[in-house]
Amino acid sequence: MKYLQLVWSAMFRRKTRTIFTLLSVLAAFLLFGLLDSVRSAFAGAANSVAGVDRLVTVSKISFTLSLPKSLLPRIQALPGVATVTYANWFGGVYQDPKNFFANEAVADNFFDLYPEWQLSAAERTAFHSTRTGAVVGESLAKKFNWKIGDKIPLQATIFPQKGGANDWTFDLVGMFRVADPKQKSRESVLFFNWDYFDEARAFGNGNVGWYLIRVTDRNLAQQVASAVDALSTNSDHETKTQTEQAFNAAFVSQYGDIGLIVGAIMGAVFFTLILLTGNTMAQAVRERIPELAVLKTIGFSNQSVLGLLLTESVLLILLGGAIGLVLAGVVVDAVRAAVGEAVPMSRVGASIWLRGLGLMVLIGLIVGALPARRGMRLRIVDALAGR
Amino acid sequence: MRASRLRSAGFLAASIGAAAAAIALLVLAPWWLLLALVASLGLWMLSTRIGRQAWSVTEVGLATIPQRIAASSVVVVGIAGVVAVLVALLAMAAGFELALRQGGTDDTAIVMRAGSQTEINSVLDHDSATLVAQAPQVLRDAAGVPIASPELVLVASLPKKSSGQDANVEIRGVGERAWSLRPNVTIINGRRFGPGLREMIVGNGAREQFAGLDLGSALKLNGQTWTVVGEFDSQDAHNSELWADNDVVAATYRRGSSTAAVTVRLTGADAFDAFKAALASDPRLKVDAKTTRAYYTDQSAGLSKLIRILGITIATIMAIGAVFGALNTMYAAVATRSREIATLRAIGFRALPVIVSVMLETMLLALLGGLLGAAATWVLFNHYTVSTLGANFTQVVFAFQVSGSVLWTGIKWALAIGLIGGLFPALRAARLQVTAGLREL
Repeated sequence: MKYLQLVWSAMFRRKTRTIFTLLSVLAAFLLFGLLDSVRSAFAGAANSVAGVDRLVTVSKISFTLSLPKSLLPRIQALPGVATVTYANWFGGVYQDPKNFFANEAVADNFFDLYPEWQLSAAERTAFHSTRTGAVVGESLAKKFNWKIGDKIPLQATIFPQKGGANDWTFDLVGMFRVADPKQKSRESVLFFNWDYFDEARAFGNGNVGWYLIRVTDRNLAQQVASAVDALSTNSDHETKTQTEQAFNAAFVSQYGDIGLIVGAIMGAVFFTLILLTGNTMAQAVRERIPELAVLKTIGFSNQSVLGLLLTESVLLILLGGAIGLVLAGVVVDAVRAAVGEAVPMSRVGASIWLRGLGLMVLIGLIVGALPARRGMRLRIVDALAGR
Repeated sequence: MRASRLRSAGFLAASIGAAAAAIALLVLAPWWLLLALVASLGLWMLSTRIGRQAWSVTEVGLATIPQRIAASSVVVVGIAGVVAVLVALLAMAAGFELALRQGGTDDTAIVMRAGSQTEINSVLDHDSATLVAQAPQVLRDAAGVPIASPELVLVASLPKKSSGQDANVEIRGVGERAWSLRPNVTIINGRRFGPGLREMIVGNGAREQFAGLDLGSALKLNGQTWTVVGEFDSQDAHNSELWADNDVVAATYRRGSSTAAVTVRLTGADAFDAFKAALASDPRLKVDAKTTRAYYTDQSAGLSKLIRILGITIATIMAIGAVFGALNTMYAAVATRSREIATLRAIGFRALPVIVSVMLETMLLALLGGLLGAAATWVLFNHYTVSTLGANFTQVVFAFQVSGSVLWTGIKWALAIGLIGGLFPALRAARLQVTAGLREL
């Protein structure tokens, strides 16, 4: 620590070069922060702890096909099942297809299974007692400037009303919030009453999109899932039951291997970065050979010279990288504020910083290794003689 | 002191402006204009005295590159990285767009229930489907039957070859006229499915991505067994699909006599407006018509735009890093050659040849980097096949298209990075004090 001053002044021996190198490092870690934020958002959607005690039952052929409502009492009666609810995708469009958000018809007890969607008791009662009632997440309400009491018109893309009209209008009676800041994107959804939906729609009546089951004990999840699927084996509506987590992971993975794409890009970025800063460090050491010889002459050991040079390169990367990650955090927050919480970018939090810092130290050691070894090995006599 | 600082700030601002203008020219100019610029530069170097001076200084610079090979390779590899990432992402966007756009033409139209944006969301009853096919703008074949195919789009889960995980594949039930509606569909293996039979043909994209779709294999859907009897190639988005007889698919999935959409061949591309108007004015129909080109373009627009924006954002950040790398290298190059440059100035060389030589050297290194990056992407990714989730909640298979225009964009970016990376060191070289430079060790 006492040599920090020495390392620092050596680093800024050539200001322009060091600043340019810092800016390159900054750019690389800015990119790392942004890409890792996207990757974590997708990985988070797949691996969120929420939903380990919830099962999703969908049609075995495809989750786009519906299931008969007659399964409900039979699932409810299975041992290990605490609560069952059901929902249906609606796919309505608010004003323009670009304003996409999820909207689903849900059963009465839907919010029992989802305590993370916090809805006040009064608003919940209002939701149940208003036939055409709807509740939305606070982020979504803020985005479209909706207030309680507003009428929200949705254009059906799948389900016309009886008589063929595509216009459905819902009364906004409540707003729910998600406490966990990492899960804020889950506020971008509108729920309305399944009973109204089933009465009013032109076709598909009496079918539900999917069932959601809470198990009494999460260790029973696998057993319950098999028991549910056994109910419909060899029928014309076979089901597939899995944990919500596994269901989400499978869905996300259908977009493509985000981790692989991000990994490939970061590989290219860091490869270039190592080459670039390695060159800078090599230049810096080459220029300073007489100075290093002086250090050794006045009693610095080989190891301390090695240590000084490695510290310098790690410090260089840490400095640029940290500024880059701070900048990435600012950019991510700005994007989330501008586009809304639904954007697949998680905040640049502790885990991204930890991975980033680990990479910075590693890259610092790699780029410093060769020049530092050269500094360590140099012979005082040769170096001072300029050989 | 104050005045000189002010002057150098003004000089910096002017050179930044010049660099910005040059880059705008580089990015916006068509290839022939750039070619003309290069040609006139060559002409200038051959024909004028100052041009010949510039060339000889450049030659000296290039000859000393092997001595600075490590530093110079930083410029090359840095720029190669930027170009490789940019070209790969642009090729991905282009490939997705191409796969979907090729499925559409102006003389075929798709009719769905009003309000539906995709076939999977649409339901048409039997009567509507028949009425649509009877419209006068629909082309009829030799037997006088309208070329229209009522189609049903459904989704099945099948394991992907790459991950073993289930992903959605699109099953399209097609009518008897589907073959004359889409003449580009050719059977490359086996035969067509037989009408009324539980037989299926698979697109070659789907067969590559999903397991268990080889000729003769059995497929269990909704409790019933289907046989794969053929493989087709349509060279468009249908390659990601499995096709079967519409009536049999409807029976398997309990869809009764309804279909999802009707696709028709029009009497000509100019008949579409009349067709749309005819459907809109029929009180028995609640449908929307789109040309298939518009339908597929809409489906690809969002994702390819997203990939392009991502590609350009990532490449811009990488380019900033590469610019500073190039600046470092070239400043160092100018510094090591400062005595040589000062000597040239002392014996009467003007500033311009020095500027031109440093810029040219950087641009050549950048060009090399650009070519390297572009070539690497081309070798690794051209026609590399991947799939993603499309509008019908099913996998759309597409191949990266490392096309000429994508490569050209990559090269232009490389040159732009070289331009900035070379300009400032070149200006420093030109402003070098001759006396100070000669004293330099």
